[in-house]
Amino acid sequence: MTSAAAAQLGQMLLVLALAPALTGVTRKMKARLQRRIGPPIFQPYRDLRRLFNKDVVLAENSSWLFRVAPYVIFATTWVAAALVPTFQTGLLFSWAGDLIAIVALLGAARFVQAVAALDTGTSFGGIGVSREAMIASLAEPAMIMVVFTVALVAGSTQLSTIAAFMADAGGLRVSLAMALVALIIVALAENARIPVDNPSTHLEVTMVHEAMVLEYSGRHLAMIEWATSLKLLLYISVIACIFFPFGLIRDGAGLLAHAISLAAYLVKVIVASLLLATLETAIAKMRVFRVPNLLGIALMLGLLGTLLLFVSGGM
Amino acid sequence: MPTVLACIAGLFGVSALSLILIRQRAAAPIVYGACLAISLALCAIAVLSIGQAPSQTVLPLGLPWLGAHFRLDPLACAFLAIINFGGASASLYALGYGRHEAEPRRVLPFYPAFLAAMNLVVVAADAYSFLFAWELMSLASWALVMAHHRQAKTAYAGFVYLIMASLGTFALLFAFGLLAGAHGDYTFEAIRAHHLAPGLAGLALVLAVVGAGSKAGLVPLHVWLPLAHPAAPSHVSALMSGVMTKVAIYAFIRIAFDLMGTPAWWWSLPALLLGGVTAAIGVLYALMETDLKRVLAYSTIENVGIIFIAAGLALAFKASGYAGAAALALTAALFHGLNHMLFKSTLFFGAGTVIVATGKQDMEQLGGLIHRMPVSSAAFLAASMAISALPPFNGFASEWLIFQSILVSPQLPQMGLKLLVPAIGVLLALAAAFAAACFVRAFGTTYLGRVRTDAAAKAIEADRWSLAAMLICAALCLAVGVLPGIVIDWLQPAATALVAGHMPPQASIPWLSIVPVSASRSSYNGLLLFGFVVASASLAAMTVHRFASRTVRRAPFWDCGYPGLGVVAQYSATSLAQPIRRVFATVAFAAQEQVEMPPPGDKRPAVLRRFLRDPVWDFMYAPIASAVGTSATLLNHIQFLTIRRYLSFVFVALVFLLVFLALWG
Repeated sequence: MTSAAAAQLGQMLLVLALAPALTGVTRKMKARLQRRIGPPIFQPYRDLRRLFNKDVVLAENSSWLFRVAPYVIFATTWVAAALVPTFQTGLLFSWAGDLIAIVALLGAARFVQAVAALDTGTSFGGIGVSREAMIASLAEPAMIMVVFTVALVAGSTQLSTIAAFMADAGGLRVSLAMALVALIIVALAENARIPVDNPSTHLEVTMVHEAMVLEYSGRHLAMIEWATSLKLLLYISVIACIFFPFGLIRDGAGLLAHAISLAAYLVKVIVASLLLATLETAIAKMRVFRVPNLLGIALMLGLLGTLLLFVSGGM
Repeated sequence: MPTVLACIAGLFGVSALSLILIRQRAAAPIVYGACLAISLALCAIAVLSIGQAPSQTVLPLGLPWLGAHFRLDPLACAFLAIINFGGASASLYALGYGRHEAEPRRVLPFYPAFLAAMNLVVVAADAYSFLFAWELMSLASWALVMAHHRQAKTAYAGFVYLIMASLGTFALLFAFGLLAGAHGDYTFEAIRAHHLAPGLAGLALVLAVVGAGSKAGLVPLHVWLPLAHPAAPSHVSALMSGVMTKVAIYAFIRIAFDLMGTPAWWWSLPALLLGGVTAAIGVLYALMETDLKRVLAYSTIENVGIIFIAAGLALAFKASGYAGAAALALTAALFHGLNHMLFKSTLFFGAGTVIVATGKQDMEQLGGLIHRMPVSSAAFLAASMAISALPPFNGFASEWLIFQSILVSPQLPQMGLKLLVPAIGVLLALAAAFAAACFVRAFGTTYLGRVRTDAAAKAIEADRWSLAAMLICAALCLAVGVLPGIVIDWLQPAATALVAGHMPPQASIPWLSIVPVSASRSSYNGLLLFGFVVASASLAAMTVHRFASRTVRRAPFWDCGYPGLGVVAQYSATSLAQPIRRVFATVAFAAQEQVEMPPPGDKRPAVLRRFLRDPVWDFMYAPIASAVGTSATLLNHIQFLTIRRYLSFVFVALVFLLVFLALWG
């Protein structure tokens, strides 16, 4: 119980501390791949500190919702991230929400963000929300189908149980491969990465996520930025713990095992960020109305994976 | 049971009383107050007696050799609670909202009768009383729909509703006729004992789906619903959407799970297929609408689809002998029914307060109401999150249970179901995602942004009664979502009575989690997640305010350097739905956009037109309507014949019937 509580608390703090670094590492690698020097890895922390110390500039007609939203978005994303096993499975509260609940928590964060973006009544907020709604309307079902596939293989929707099952008995399966591809596409879309959205653009024709947070400033923006990096880390952790669960330890392992598994987790995150940077450098952003095709592929792959498992008997 | 009947009689009494009081100013408070009290009493009885043995009463009413049979069993109790809680909150809301009614005498006599009739449907235990109560419910609600009869659209809505309601009752009449068989004992007990041949059972099932589905709003029988529900006064809209559709679902569950006996696996197909299509298309319709109440009505159609999906899964499990899974799916269906009553009531109440405050119900003419109506906007927001199936609200808990029951369905042996159920899962997930988009749009354009019209700028917050009703329902959305185990345990007797299985008792699970099958498979703890989110949000806010900057400056929003952009420059309800319209509605509704750009030098504004076609109306109802019109024209000339000709018609018809009887016998 105590060790589970310690694991839970430790992991919550770990993801919180690690998330900005992930953004920094990805930016750095992307810059190096483009033969730029790029900002230092720890720049996101400095950015956060700078934003925290700045005044908040609120639009004149914004309501209480606009000011509450950043904290709700941050908290929901953080709680969702806390439910994902990073380097250890036996988390204290892993039974409080399964993978479907994690998806839904992120959905709640998105809902609040969209509502807050509409609060000021600018066209930017509206354009961001309308596009985000279109992307989410395909990405969420695709994600649910991935969850179905994985859950049918592992016989559970609890992420800890899934990770333990995959570490022990997970083999190569066609349906899992489909789920992996679908999950990567969904992760790119959900985290507003190229080819779906560009995290570093400020061009109104293309932006989605940035358009939604355009009116935010100061500490509010800092909370949202932090939540954004947390979400990226969350998706990487989900992919890692379902499809690459090696190094994950159970509750009650020794100190050395902890150190090894933590190192394994960090390696996984860095590899993922390198792959993400390579992908983002190698391909171009899609036109907004091409995105549904990509997400449709993810949805169909997820559905095919689920169908295969249904037909072959399932759990 | 006698108490329940006495309460229902009391509601009829209130209806009669309102006729006497109709000219008095105090009529509305008396009627709504009495309805509130009686509904609360009925709700309490239903909540308390769900676990008890069924009790039956026969009254010497109705057909002379049949009598009127009434029975209070767990299923009836579950729906009685839904009906009467919905009725109580609508009455509470109407204590304030009803004062704005222009012609109260068109509402007051029918409102208690409507409540009474819905209660009567649920407790009726013979086909005659059931159909009588069903038709009474239809007619009372029709009268309420026609309350604002001077508005142009209302007459049309009432006309379509009347036709569809007659169709539904007609189908149910034949369904009961088939179920009772040739010997025709119409008590439910006799119907249960009577077994049908598979072909006839299929026919009865289809008739039941048409009858119950047309009242519930299953696509393609939904056409009346988005016309009729918004036309009624808002508390009646809430009752029709939140409660009357549940009575229709009750009818389906009663017939399919109880009266028809042991199911065959293919009985689940109509419910699954129509439910899946209804869930996805219903909310897509909602995304294309700009009238606030019509958006809500279409979203009711979506939720009815979701409930039918769960009921269909339960039928499939029951047919294959998986009692535990059947109990899970059926509980999910009932639970979602209850949840939908809660959030849809809140949303319709919210729409009612908006209409009272501004006189508008087109979202394109609202906006910015969060500043003028802070309390009701908060309740509307909570209900919007609940209906979008987001944790920690109740909509998520019930949809989560439905997802869990989809995840146990690979054990079903039938290949047809194995292929169908994943597709239904996609439709369900699509519906949930669309619902979130739909309610971001509905809440965002109504309550947020800049004020679009003067009427919206002068809005005032609703009265206390209305706010109390909204806040109670919204708080219950949260409470039920945070503590779903209590409701699940409460619903178990109803599920067990119908499918002979039950879910794990949730009260015995530590930390108030819910576990649909077993703890290693899946569990959910709304209380903990909610506490977690609240705690970390407050922690974050406190830390930030303690250690970081606390200053706030107000400034104009970023206008890209073009000051003085009008309010029309912000996104509207139509433009918010544009990407989804372009991606999905081009297929579903043949959506088209047409840009009319004047040539250079011409100062006319450019015009963007959008075209949508309703496939159901175009391909199903329009041909029927034109066929009816054509045949009416053709038959027109036999209206003007001599009496001799008419007598010969009668003679021919008589001979025909006698020949038919001779051949049949």
